[in-house]
Amino acid sequence: MAPVLSVENVSKTYESGFEALKGISLEIERGEIFALLGPNGAGKTTLIGIICGIVNMSSGSVTVDGHDVIADYRAARSMIGLVPQELATDAFESVWATVSFSRGLFGKPRNPAHIEKVLRDLSLWEKKDAKIITLSGGMKRRLLIAKALAHEPEILFLDEPTAGVDVELRRDMWRLVRQLRETGVTVILTTHYIEEAEEMADRVGVINRGEIILVEEKSELMRKLGRKELMLYLNEPVAEIPAALSGYDLALTEDKCRLVYTYDTARDRTGITQLLQDLSQAGIRFRDLETRESSLEEIFVSLVEDKQ
Amino acid sequence: MNVHAIRAIYHFEMSRTARTLLQSILAPVLSTTLYFVVFGAAIGSRIDEIGGVSYGAFIVPGLVMLSLLTQSVTNAAFGIYFPKFTGTIFEHLSAPVSFLEMVIAFVGAAATKSIILGAIILLTATLFVPLRVEHPVWMLTFLVLTALTFSLFGFIIGIWADGFEKLQIVPLLIITPLTFLGGSFYSIEMLPPFWQKVTLLNPVVYLISGFRWSFYGIADVSVAISLGMTAFFMLACLIAIWWIFRTGWRLKS
Repeated sequence: MAPVLSVENVSKTYESGFEALKGISLEIERGEIFALLGPNGAGKTTLIGIICGIVNMSSGSVTVDGHDVIADYRAARSMIGLVPQELATDAFESVWATVSFSRGLFGKPRNPAHIEKVLRDLSLWEKKDAKIITLSGGMKRRLLIAKALAHEPEILFLDEPTAGVDVELRRDMWRLVRQLRETGVTVILTTHYIEEAEEMADRVGVINRGEIILVEEKSELMRKLGRKELMLYLNEPVAEIPAALSGYDLALTEDKCRLVYTYDTARDRTGITQLLQDLSQAGIRFRDLETRESSLEEIFVSLVEDKQ
Repeated sequence: MNVHAIRAIYHFEMSRTARTLLQSILAPVLSTTLYFVVFGAAIGSRIDEIGGVSYGAFIVPGLVMLSLLTQSVTNAAFGIYFPKFTGTIFEHLSAPVSFLEMVIAFVGAAATKSIILGAIILLTATLFVPLRVEHPVWMLTFLVLTALTFSLFGFIIGIWADGFEKLQIVPLLIITPLTFLGGSFYSIEMLPPFWQKVTLLNPVVYLISGFRWSFYGIADVSVAISLGMTAFFMLACLIAIWWIFRTGWRLKS
């Protein structure tokens, strides 16, 4: 199936000479949830700005469902909904008026039933007549999502959707994103909360210093790059790791009561069986063990650090 | 043509006007009334007729123009500057809206407001002076053309401005002096010959002269030149806005 969004060799150099994007290419599949991860200043918001028409690209091309975002901007933009990072809203308009405004702006005729559904889905129905200025930060975030969904977009961009929101709202948003995916909406979110990507994304792209470092299925990424730890709870503390075990990637905890063995899940042999035998021969007994998978955050940090 | 977008922006802008009715309509009407009281009644009674028209009646077209020009520029400048200031401009820029649709909506709303204001000021004037309109169609044409042209100019100012100060500078320091010196309160024939020639460099002279002609049939410059200058200024503004949207100047990073 043809990708719903195709970014080809897009570069952006600002007037100051800062190179925000360096020849980025990326394809987003229809109906997926794609998480674009990267530290602050990596180029995430610039990339979204270029796709949505807010930032002029220096070179390259972007197509949305086959429509070029410059030559055929009407068709391209009408498919996209954007929730920006900043809480940019009007102040004195009512919730209902501003969401209706967004729908009209994107060329859709009035549809009060749809606006009502969007407001109810985002727990904003009770506030429909309230002035925006009276809403809390979390509600303004919901309102921006409502505005982005007002014209029934096929692609939704969420730029740092849960920055500064409480846990409850974050869970609500995750639920909403999943609901949207069920209705066929493609969701692209940028975040530097790894938990968010880990929780929701089908695929993950990592961007750093204006370059895409990798794009991978989330599960595949964790399988490929994931490192596991085997924690052994010793019967008795040991002063140091015996020399016979120096060939293993072993660490002794500060309390000298636990040994941590780090291994690569992608390798054919993890070395666990041999390690346990060697431990036994060295006279080290243990009463319990557990394994722990490395999180996406750890993978991300190691990726970004490798490139620096 | 994205008619829904035009309607949405136009409606949004007009709602803003309705919310600030006191500041939008009543304040300019009050200040114009004060001009009538001071210039028309107090000073005007000591000034002879100009071209067979009493001084009080003579200044009416100039006063309407004064409000029309400043309000058109201010309304349109504020209309586009405010979304830039709050950051909500991202929505306009990411929407499937062409530069022409954006201009029709924003400038149309600003001009509508100015025209309503102009009409109210004219009605107010009838309370103070006997008013006659010899060429009503031309009067309406000048009113609409001027409101549109200066709203276009204001739209450019709003895009150019990067602070509230700049937003105020042009109406206060350029439009108001040009209008005062453009023959709002006098016929340029009353000036010494040298200053008559200098005054002809002021574009507002042509607007006020043409507008006054539509009322009383007297003009400082020919009506064709007045219309030509207005049309020229309008075209120049449209080209500038087209260029702004093509390049994203002061709108996109």
